[in-house]
Amino acid sequence: MSDTSNNPSAAFVRNEMIEQSAAPARAVGIVAWLRGNLFSNWVDSVITLIILYGLYLMIPPLLNFAFFDAIWSGTDRTACTTEAQGGVRAPDWFGGCWAYVDAYFNQFIYGRYPDDEQWRVNIVFIMFFGGLAPLLIPSVPFKQANIIFMSIVFPVASFILLTGGNLHYTGFLLPGFVMEPSATRFWVDYAIITAVVLAIGYGVSRGTDSDPEPMVKMVLWIMGGLAVVLALFAVPFGLEPVETDRWGGLLVTLVIAITGIAVSLPIGIALALGRRSNMPIVKLFSVIFIEFWRGVPLITVLFMSSVMLPLFLPEGVHFDKLLRALIGVAMFSAAYMAEVVRGGLQAIPKGQYEGAMALGLGFGQMMRMIILPQALTLVIPGIVNTFIGLFKDTTLVLIIGLFDFLGQIQSSFTDPTWASPVQLVSGYMFAAFVYFVFCFGMSRYSAYMERRLDTGHKS
Amino acid sequence: MKRRILSVIAGTAVLSLAAGAASAATLDDVKSKDSVQCGVSQGLPGFSNPDQDGNWTGLDVDFCRAVAAAIFGDPSKVKFTPLSAKERFTALQSGDVDVLSRNTTWTMSRDTALGLNFSVVNYYDGQGFMVRKDLGVNSALELSGASICTNTGTTTELNVADYFRANNMEYELVAFEKADEVVAAYDAGRCDVYTTDQSGLYAQRLKLTDPGAHIVLPEIISKEPLGPVVRQGDDQWLNIIKWTHFAMLNAEELGVTQANVDEMKSSDNPSVKRLLGTEGEFGGAIGLGNDWAYNIIKAVGNYGETFDRNVGPDTPLAISRGVNAQWNQGGLQYGPPIR
Repeated sequence: MSDTSNNPSAAFVRNEMIEQSAAPARAVGIVAWLRGNLFSNWVDSVITLIILYGLYLMIPPLLNFAFFDAIWSGTDRTACTTEAQGGVRAPDWFGGCWAYVDAYFNQFIYGRYPDDEQWRVNIVFIMFFGGLAPLLIPSVPFKQANIIFMSIVFPVASFILLTGGNLHYTGFLLPGFVMEPSATRFWVDYAIITAVVLAIGYGVSRGTDSDPEPMVKMVLWIMGGLAVVLALFAVPFGLEPVETDRWGGLLVTLVIAITGIAVSLPIGIALALGRRSNMPIVKLFSVIFIEFWRGVPLITVLFMSSVMLPLFLPEGVHFDKLLRALIGVAMFSAAYMAEVVRGGLQAIPKGQYEGAMALGLGFGQMMRMIILPQALTLVIPGIVNTFIGLFKDTTLVLIIGLFDFLGQIQSSFTDPTWASPVQLVSGYMFAAFVYFVFCFGMSRYSAYMERRLDTGHKS
Repeated sequence: MKRRILSVIAGTAVLSLAAGAASAATLDDVKSKDSVQCGVSQGLPGFSNPDQDGNWTGLDVDFCRAVAAAIFGDPSKVKFTPLSAKERFTALQSGDVDVLSRNTTWTMSRDTALGLNFSVVNYYDGQGFMVRKDLGVNSALELSGASICTNTGTTTELNVADYFRANNMEYELVAFEKADEVVAAYDAGRCDVYTTDQSGLYAQRLKLTDPGAHIVLPEIISKEPLGPVVRQGDDQWLNIIKWTHFAMLNAEELGVTQANVDEMKSSDNPSVKRLLGTEGEFGGAIGLGNDWAYNIIKAVGNYGETFDRNVGPDTPLAISRGVNAQWNQGGLQYGPPIR
């Protein structure tokens, strides 16, 4: 018997390790990747070739249109039309007319907001993105201050900046013979309402033998806060008032989408909780609300708000068109949001509720600390889905005569100064690009959040 | 509970902000608002469309500016509300706008059943046909068997049906929702004929790949008198709207233009004198100053000037005056005399 390992001199035994050689060319790098993913068998190869041919047919014309043949500067339609069409281009020219988008760019962003006042919109944009970015990046500190800024300071400041503030309250409660319509009457009315609310709350608390103090405090806080906001709206900051019918373009799209998103989430959560509640009235109200708004198309809601509502209002009373659309959109998306959130609530096992109750947590604490954090992270895809849908649905406001981003682009098609066969294509391409940037951004952020919170339970 | 009270407060606050004086005469309302609220289209080339600086331009828009000039002496005291075809009448009925100047066809049912009054016709339109030159067609009566592109759900569709049936001709309808789609389909050769209001044909022709290869046929198959509309029941306001248009017509007839209106003030022609308020008290009769017509012409010019500026031969639309010429030039525009 011989032990080969102890016999290095045997001729058939290697004495040293063989040099590592490179992997075969077919198994690494781009070739292996191509073989593995695109040409692993003949079916794949055929499909790959067909798709490549399709891309070959589509991509070069697209690039030609968007870049190589595109017109980047010009003053009117002659720059973007062929000689036969009354312009200066060669007969078979077909390219993007970015000169037209450039000429209209300001209007696509601000609508007909006065030129001299557009800095106000810019400040709002900066405040929004400047406030949102640190809120979205988890490692940035001061989240609480940031949330207060975004939920209180930003809306109030935006309202004042965009509309110009300086509202004139005239009051509404006391009849004219008691007190002339004036700001004073408004504040007297306001005080009366506060007192009535306090009295009712106090009576209810006494009637149910509970301590009225927290209720009184809360009412005073809310009414006081609201009074400060209302007072701020009335301060003459010297800003030129800009009516909402001059707003348009991306500004209107963002105002509607952001208001809709910001309002629909809390209302949606409340409705979802209400629908799962055991209190019959709350439950009934939530069910009716949700089913009503889900049961009618958004177009109908917008139509009702713009065509029917004015007929019901007393003569001389005008409700701002944009405000009507805002309320309609917010209610509509709140109903959808409620069902998304309810899906998340359903997914939480009963043990979580029981555990929370066993710890002695009240309803509010249980929801805030145990249930909602789990339920909401579960339904991030659904929530973002609703947000993206809402963002794109804002284009429907065009039918009630508001010019959102797409509406503004479409309205520019009617300008004979730039009318040309390529005008439509250029405008729509630009619209698609901008919508894609926003929606893709939201979608990427939600994917990042899902990974971070590991809601897919992958790891 | 609190939520509800909050919403009640918010709601009433908004309402009370907006609540103006209850329905007085429109003129008083307008004066207290210090501007005329004018309903226009969401964009119709040459009639009302925002230009690239965001200013409204067009024939209908100039009419609103003329009304503002007549009342305030300042054509900028007008606010425009873009309205879709569906909401335009409600907006006027509910008082959202004071005058609807939105290429609206004057029909009997609209004039009588809606509680509205049509005032004047500031543009006589009619439905026409555009075809390729190489079809060799010179009259709409030769269109039998043609496929026709048009918009869905408008009177254009019905007019085509009426016209072809009346003339015992066959046709095939290719309908689309939006004007842009119709033009694209026609341009791509999906149909032989494109039909819409004639003013629209001229505007859409600019978007064709080869505009020179198409002609607009001479036949007009429908009557589309377009003009400003007001609420029923306020005759003073109706008079102001009517006479704003008539003043512009009379100015053109008398040769008063935006450029020479100041010289014309010293004219000896009694008609000019009455128009410009140097003789008589005609402005007072409609609740305006005596220089109302002078202000109109100073601000927007006479009818011919606004026509030429917005849709005339030197604009991309290049529409000729046709039936919109003065009555003494073979057209239908006839301004009753100011006397």
